[in-house]
Amino acid sequence: MSTTVKPRIAVHKFSSCDGCQLAFLNLGGELIELTRRVDIRHFLEAGLDDPDADVDIAFVEGSLSTQDEIERIHRVRKHSRYLISIGACATSGGLQALRNLDNQHDQWRDAIYAKPEFIKTLNHARPIADEVRVDFELWGCPINSRQLLAAVNSLLFGVPPIEERDKVCMECKRQQRVCVMVTDNKPCLGPVTRTGCGALCPSFGRDCYGCYGPSDNPNTESLSKRFAGLGLMPDAVARRFLMINSAAPAFHDAGLIARSTDTGDGDNG
Amino acid sequence: MAESRRIRIDVPALTRVEGEGSLKLSIEQGQITQLQLSIFEPPRYFEKFLEGRAYHEVPDIVARICGICPVAYQMTAVQALEQAFDFTPSDWVRRMRRLFYCGEWIQSHALHIHLLALPDYLGFDSAIAMAEQYPAQVQRGLELQALGNTIIKLFGGRSVHPVGARVGGFHHAPTDADIKRLNTQLEKARDSARALTNWCAQLPVPQDDDSFINVALKHESEYPLYEGTLAGSDGLSITAQEWEQYFEETHAPHSTALWSLYQGAPYLVGPLARLNLNRERLPAEIADNLNNTGIAFPSRNMFHSMLARAVEIELAIHEALELTAAYSVPERPFDDVIPRAGIGFGATEAPRGLLWHRYETDENGLIKHARIVPPTSQNQARIEQDLHNSLQAFGLEHPDDALRLHCEKVIRNYDPCISCATHFLQLELERQP
Ligand code: SF4
Ligand code: SF4
Ligand code: SF4
Repeated sequence: MSTTVKPRIAVHKFSSCDGCQLAFLNLGGELIELTRRVDIRHFLEAGLDDPDADVDIAFVEGSLSTQDEIERIHRVRKHSRYLISIGACATSGGLQALRNLDNQHDQWRDAIYAKPEFIKTLNHARPIADEVRVDFELWGCPINSRQLLAAVNSLLFGVPPIEERDKVCMECKRQQRVCVMVTDNKPCLGPVTRTGCGALCPSFGRDCYGCYGPSDNPNTESLSKRFAGLGLMPDAVARRFLMINSAAPAFHDAGLIARSTDTGDGDNG
Repeated sequence: MAESRRIRIDVPALTRVEGEGSLKLSIEQGQITQLQLSIFEPPRYFEKFLEGRAYHEVPDIVARICGICPVAYQMTAVQALEQAFDFTPSDWVRRMRRLFYCGEWIQSHALHIHLLALPDYLGFDSAIAMAEQYPAQVQRGLELQALGNTIIKLFGGRSVHPVGARVGGFHHAPTDADIKRLNTQLEKARDSARALTNWCAQLPVPQDDDSFINVALKHESEYPLYEGTLAGSDGLSITAQEWEQYFEETHAPHSTALWSLYQGAPYLVGPLARLNLNRERLPAEIADNLNNTGIAFPSRNMFHSMLARAVEIELAIHEALELTAAYSVPERPFDDVIPRAGIGFGATEAPRGLLWHRYETDENGLIKHARIVPPTSQNQARIEQDLHNSLQAFGLEHPDDALRLHCEKVIRNYDPCISCATHFLQLELERQP
């Protein structure tokens, strides 16, 4: 950077597990290096508390699940030049969006809390882009440090970050991994899942469970058929799609279609 | 004003404690008349998502409860589910789970000490500011954290929500060469960990002498991580199955966190409680070094929690060295489990303390009911009690800012999940002459 003023960034947390913010804190030495190039204004986990600071880039982790969070995201948007949602929670609603599926929120809440009137959660857990304009999305549960640095570096050079939309399968084949679906009949979501993780699960001999969300043009219909061919009952097919990214439209629809064909008996494991 | 009567409820939830916190404090005539720590972390209803899911999905789901201690959630879940299926993992699996868990202790403790606790003691706002004056120490801390992450990655591919754990064992076994490389790194880190302990022991901490019940696992031959019986400093000694007979969870209306009480009273879990109950399980050289610091354990000073974390980093490195030295690649890193209808319990030592799970499965291995009690909700009542006592001891006449800082420092001893422990505490203070 030739300018003397360092770009300002902020990291905000909404309903989440904190795992995506760790992509910063797990940078090790590179974190210190990063702080030389950018000015981190707000990042609670790192002890920096200035939520209303004007920044160039705001990274947002977590889904929107309370009225207060909805108000807060509008404030973040107002104070940020670019807003980047990080992780499944922020980009699709994440695992907790499972509560949206059957409008189960109220029953769940009442079953859990003795004083449900004090629990001010909304019925649905929603992605950030439902409420405000999002300039760029980083998918993954969690995102990794490589994705994060690539996005920061692009923006520091004033170019839009490159979006990864390919399928996990492409990466898996590039690494010449043994296909767990072909050799072990495992219901791998690699053919419909967005790349970015480095095909971690197949490299560990297991099936991808879709934590990076849907790829471009995911052919969920044919994959569902293939899963059925592997012996999965409709309910088990539905559960494959309805997990970490159950509110991402492609997975949501595929899950509901599978569910609607469920006859309710048979081996569901 | 919300009444703070505690209600016993039957269906518990999982609400991690972090996010927003505020402390309501009323002081009248030099006495605390009200002290209420309110935590609002939007509940994510994990125990409810788990219903109807297959047993093999559980490790990937529960990991998402916490990005900082996913291994703890995975290990407790597999332990409980294996009990439900009456399955005993192989000795290799048992040892490697311990090694995997060592990685998380090292990572989480190093993160806590360097990013959250030390800036307090050294008078900085943040670790980033601290790094300018203490570059070597911060560097050492980041290296330890990275070492912990390396261990987790060997078994799980990544350190946050690792993908390698399964009911029955692991999906994948690291190669001999990988483990050898790790062993060399661990060997190098041993001295750093020792130096960290000695440094932490030298930092002045507030004097504090508080009486509390320590609760942690105990094991016949090991410092407890992945398994053991549940023990208390009052002589309690029970199995995980019996937890519900002695402990109960309540919902304090001023918080979204559920509180858990031991026979109606607050209690402590976490590194200090563990060390207080298990110091005789420390390897001789770690115990000797700790003795040489002049700080005696069991300790009744909560501010020794940071030192306890440093000692546990040393312990985890020691354990990991032994486990890696004796490593061999197994024929298969897991055994097949046969699901059945059953109930299983799991109890392990997460970095922040005892983590307890209970699952009920049907004959296909689908989850009928899940219950998870995380460490932070167990420490909730204890934190309020501690704040009460330690504010009195500190002196209520101090200005608001000093009171707030002191409260933050007290709360941070419990490492109550990270964002809660940072500089966020809103103090609502009412003073009446
Ligand atoms: S996307 Fe996954 S890792 Fe990231 S905050 Fe959400 S649950 Fe955690
Ligand atoms: S293992 Fe999965 S990701 Fe890899 S090629 Fe097969 S289907 Fe695709
Ligand atoms: S393979 Fe699939 S589930 Fe595994 S880490 Fe990659 S995207 Fe996530």
